[in-house]
Amino acid sequence: MKNNLPKTHTHPYIPNAMPKTKQEMMHQIGIESIDELYADVPKRFQLRHELKLPEPLSEHELRTHVQGLLGKNKTWRDMPVFLGAGCWPHFTPAAVDSIVQRSEFLTSYTPYQPEISQGILQAMFEYQSMICELTAMDVANSSMYDWASALGEAVRMTVRINSRSEVVVPKIIHPERYAALRTYVEPLKLQVKTAGYSKDTGLLNPESLKDLVSEKTAAVYIENPSYLGFVETQVDEVGKITHDSGAMFIVGVDPTSLGVLKPPGEYGADIVVGEGQPLGNHLNYGGPLLGLFACRDEMGLIRQMPGRVVGMTTTLKGDKTGFCMALQTREQHIRRERATSNICTNEALCAVASAVYLASLGPQGMRELGEAIMLKTQYAVQQLAGIKGVKAPVFEAPHFKEFTVNFDKAGRSGRTVRALHRTLLKQYGVHGGKDVSKEFPELGQTALYCVTEVHSKQDIDKLATALRRVLRKKR
Amino acid sequence: MTMFKQASWDEQVIFKLGGKDRRGCTLPSTETEIVKQVGNVLEKLPNSMKRTSLPNLPELSEVEVVRHFTRLSQMNYGVDSGFYPLGSCTMKYNPRIDELLAGSAGLNELHPYQDESTVQGTLEILYTLSRWLAEITGTYEVCLQPSAGAHGELLGALLMRACHKFNSDVENRTELIVPDSAHGTNPASGTIAGFNVVIVPSNRNGCVDLKALKSAVSERTAGLMLTNPNTLGIFEEDIAEIAEIVHKAGGLLYYDGANLNAITGKVRPGDMGFDIVHINIHKTFGTPHGGGGPGAGPIGVSKELARFLPVPQIACDQKRRRYYLDYNMPESIGKIRGFYGNVAVLLRAYAYILSLGAEGLEEAAEISVLNANYLVKRLKEIRGLELPYAEGRPRKHECVFSAKPMYKETGVRALDVAKRILDYGMHSPTTYFPLIVDEALMIEPTESVEKEELDRFVDALKTISDEAYSNPDLVKQAPYNVAVTRLDEVKASHPKTMALSWRMYQKRNVIKDAIP
Repeated sequence: MKNNLPKTHTHPYIPNAMPKTKQEMMHQIGIESIDELYADVPKRFQLRHELKLPEPLSEHELRTHVQGLLGKNKTWRDMPVFLGAGCWPHFTPAAVDSIVQRSEFLTSYTPYQPEISQGILQAMFEYQSMICELTAMDVANSSMYDWASALGEAVRMTVRINSRSEVVVPKIIHPERYAALRTYVEPLKLQVKTAGYSKDTGLLNPESLKDLVSEKTAAVYIENPSYLGFVETQVDEVGKITHDSGAMFIVGVDPTSLGVLKPPGEYGADIVVGEGQPLGNHLNYGGPLLGLFACRDEMGLIRQMPGRVVGMTTTLKGDKTGFCMALQTREQHIRRERATSNICTNEALCAVASAVYLASLGPQGMRELGEAIMLKTQYAVQQLAGIKGVKAPVFEAPHFKEFTVNFDKAGRSGRTVRALHRTLLKQYGVHGGKDVSKEFPELGQTALYCVTEVHSKQDIDKLATALRRVLRKKR
Repeated sequence: MTMFKQASWDEQVIFKLGGKDRRGCTLPSTETEIVKQVGNVLEKLPNSMKRTSLPNLPELSEVEVVRHFTRLSQMNYGVDSGFYPLGSCTMKYNPRIDELLAGSAGLNELHPYQDESTVQGTLEILYTLSRWLAEITGTYEVCLQPSAGAHGELLGALLMRACHKFNSDVENRTELIVPDSAHGTNPASGTIAGFNVVIVPSNRNGCVDLKALKSAVSERTAGLMLTNPNTLGIFEEDIAEIAEIVHKAGGLLYYDGANLNAITGKVRPGDMGFDIVHINIHKTFGTPHGGGGPGAGPIGVSKELARFLPVPQIACDQKRRRYYLDYNMPESIGKIRGFYGNVAVLLRAYAYILSLGAEGLEEAAEISVLNANYLVKRLKEIRGLELPYAEGRPRKHECVFSAKPMYKETGVRALDVAKRILDYGMHSPTTYFPLIVDEALMIEPTESVEKEELDRFVDALKTISDEAYSNPDLVKQAPYNVAVTRLDEVKASHPKTMALSWRMYQKRNVIKDAIP
């Protein structure tokens, strides 16, 4: 290493780099230089210069450098942040972080040798099982990349099952999720249709849905709570319309809602997808996330599932239960071009985190969490709705965790959410919600605010006070 | 040979543990003023959407939760436990400092939609990393978004589609060529991206058969996916000809980065003619595999393809030294996931590259190759094992032995050898892959392991070979020293005995019945 010191020791990560060891090994192989091991690389391609990378840092310097960079960031611990929209700030028990740092989990890989990997296998089985309990489904896989890719995989799965050519999604859907879905189904030439919503409540319009659904429809997808935070209440009707046409019903969920909201398995969902990040995984600027994927106990569905699935089994002797990956013949490493998905590396450790999280909260904890989120959300709605010129929420419907705030009547024509939020941030140290006015122009100058159990009354009051001041000043 | 003994806790499924009303954590409180003002919020939910019974989750104290998962972890084996020569997975050491940094609050509590002025540190890290990866792979621009290698492959195949569409040729370019030695993800990704997968055979050296490739390409060729060094650990020395054949036919060349660790700093995929390159961050750049993930699979592309990358790209306004998310990409294929990638994994890679620098990365490649060739030399001495393909040619970072002679002579299969290795306190190599080797044992030592450990592995295989020839049943019944003896994997997948969740298990109750 070029740290100005003579090379008296090897790099801590590369034990055999010591000249003496290298010599000894080369001697045994029968070569005189490492170059001989690269002799089959055509000369014209052999790199002649050293890669243009910075000089290596010692561990101490590295820590100072990276923490210095991260110190430039401001997080929700430094200021109240009211952002959600697919990735939400939540409380993570310390036990979760501690368990996922257990290096036997952290530094292992996919349990191809189940006998020496019972720990991760049982943890995955328990994760799958708890996701099933939460969603009221029968089978869950051991993770997808995130909600968006899980949705893409779910729709592709329905097409494999019923060979139909269209999918219907609500108009109020996360635009990134919608974009990812389109990317996943584009090669199938699947038509993606969007069902309209009621102007007053935001709810999916059943009439619009009926018009769109036909014998061509592979699946109908809804999100609950919706992207804009309201709860879709007409789920039985939507499920019926879907199933009457022979289509499959896919429901996307925020799992933190499922201690209080009816689980999709109880209103006819065939497949459930969602974002597992809030179950014990940090924001990490949007990744890694944890794609939830569950379905009903029906072999026609199970055989078409994407991703790894862990099952319970016994030893060959039959004297002990154990766990191993099941149904591997669906997967790419066996079925290759006919596999149900190409996924290999997934988000296993995030799933372990969620298992620890769910076990820590338990049934009552999940109920309390849901209730706390609804209480705080509702409180925030009330505080903001009381500000002159602010409408919150835009839709008349129960909301969970997120709600829309409209500023159209806040005065000064041309005033934008963008400008308003900038002032909030710069002058009051409060980070507003997500500006959705470009995503849904019909909603005017609207933002999507998120309140979870980590927001204190003080945070919410600070927001309300700041907004009131900003709006008063500029009017 | 010293034996090893893994913990075997007989740990119950978590649903059987704990007791009513036990709790594993406290939740943030809701202020009484809020409760007073808002009132009963659940009542406001319509009946159609109220949960009527609590989810059937276990109820445990924090102590019980921690003990349960700690015990489970003790029945698992990672790189930190010992030698993990799982071929093609590059199970190298995961530096602790990178873990510490990835646990920083400055990253953990950062929301992806925050104002750019509040996330400059992370954007700088991501932007800089993308430039380093471009330099390492010899590509023009890097997209950090794919969540894993296969996700990168899918994106790469979709970029091929986008490129041919741009040239109004997508209806004709329907075929994606993949060698028979390829990872399963290659053909699977190709199919998902809408291509028909065409398999080309390998030649006697285990490399792409040029004749076969020439006859496989046509005006229907969208591209070729290639791993180099390939899954046998052999460098595709005809790469210049391969690139020419594919490009002449109008196809694109895709580099599967699974084996990049062998050549970092020695030769760059972009220089070899590859148009699209994916990088398995969790392999080459030492981030932990997490029992199956999360990893990260950025892709690098040539200048011509950069316009099609997913939005947003992380960009730098050099004049103002400001980093930002660039959504102004009218020809972008859109999104392949939410947000911008597995940032916590990417941060570790940034730290890893800084720990090693150019010289260290090259040294890691060299030593990984030296270690593999040392094993080739030593394992050749072992009765019952043979090294098929390309006799006398050096391997790169991995080697694939065949236990075919042992199977023929003793009935002991590669699977049995793999199970017996566990008893000696090491993880098994990858087995039965690549498909072009019978009874394959695919061994990748990585640069992380000291010579003495390599020698112990050789000794273990020698002992196992002796056992196979003297007492084959001993090997066929292995393992003995890990948490459980050999498992019935068929039972786990049979519709009648399948138990994929606690619910399903209770409903069917079949596994329990099977136990005396």
